[in-house]
Amino acid sequence: MNWNSAAEFFEMGGYGLYVWGSYGVMAAWMLLEPMLAGRRFSAARAAAMEFEANGEQV
Amino acid sequence: MNNLPRLFTFAAPSRFYRLAGWTIPGFYGIAILSALASLYMGFFVAPVDATQGNSYRIIFIHVPAAWMSMVLYMAMAFWAAIGWAFNARMAFMLARALAPTGAAFTFLALWTGAFWGKPTWGAWWVWDARLTSELILLFLYLGYMALVEAIDDTRRADQAGALLAVVGAINVPIIYFSVRWWNTLHQGASISMTAAPKMASTMLMSMLLMTIACWSYAFAVVFVRARAIVLERERSTEWVQALLGNSVKENV
Repeated sequence: MNWNSAAEFFEMGGYGLYVWGSYGVMAAWMLLEPMLAGRRFSAARAAAMEFEANGEQV
Repeated sequence: MNNLPRLFTFAAPSRFYRLAGWTIPGFYGIAILSALASLYMGFFVAPVDATQGNSYRIIFIHVPAAWMSMVLYMAMAFWAAIGWAFNARMAFMLARALAPTGAAFTFLALWTGAFWGKPTWGAWWVWDARLTSELILLFLYLGYMALVEAIDDTRRADQAGALLAVVGAINVPIIYFSVRWWNTLHQGASISMTAAPKMASTMLMSMLLMTIACWSYAFAVVFVRARAIVLERERSTEWVQALLGNSVKENV
């Protein structure tokens, strides 16, 4: 085990800013992007459903 | 030549749509599990580095992100070229779906690199061959995305984008070999096909698990986006309307 306490873990031996600055941004993006892609898919699906309701011309 | 249409059966957007739909939950699952395993290995099993202290732990995401930025670019250029050569609709849609994820990994490679460079080299950024060529890769992705969005005619947009993507592919080997061709501040490859890895096995394991996570994540999110693009482009077709349960006679 590398860490004796949670504080020590977050401190990362003085490199906390750099380690968490990297991991944080990567994690945030990897949570955000699936949401954005999923939202685009839902919107596309809704638009395709609409298509029939509105007939040939949309 | 009679077999050619058969070969392209899987290239049909309808086929892709269904197959990709089945695989997405699995890819997300693998991504989450291997990312958690990698984080455990990287933070709790792998020991502290003798010279760099704990800042070296950024490698576990930096290297996979950088690999993905190059792999996804090659995939994007490949599908764009296939789309161009065979006028394959699905290939163009895949190229477009790959671009934002590739751009994101490129940005993340640069970002995590800056956060590693600051404590290690004393600078967030240097105009080193590796960093500069990776920055050009980001501009190529952004240029591709801007170009295809700027042209209204889908076919022309796809073809113009394909040209940019294929020409820009020359940058990927330049990035990869930059640390050998030029004197760079950036270190050489830690992993290669021809030599033993230059790191402890627990560190290597964490990095490889994160690489698997990134691959699976990329497959999942690109497939979701590709399916959205299929629906956007093909919503007027019978197969989409039939799929959505709208009243269209099948096989007309």
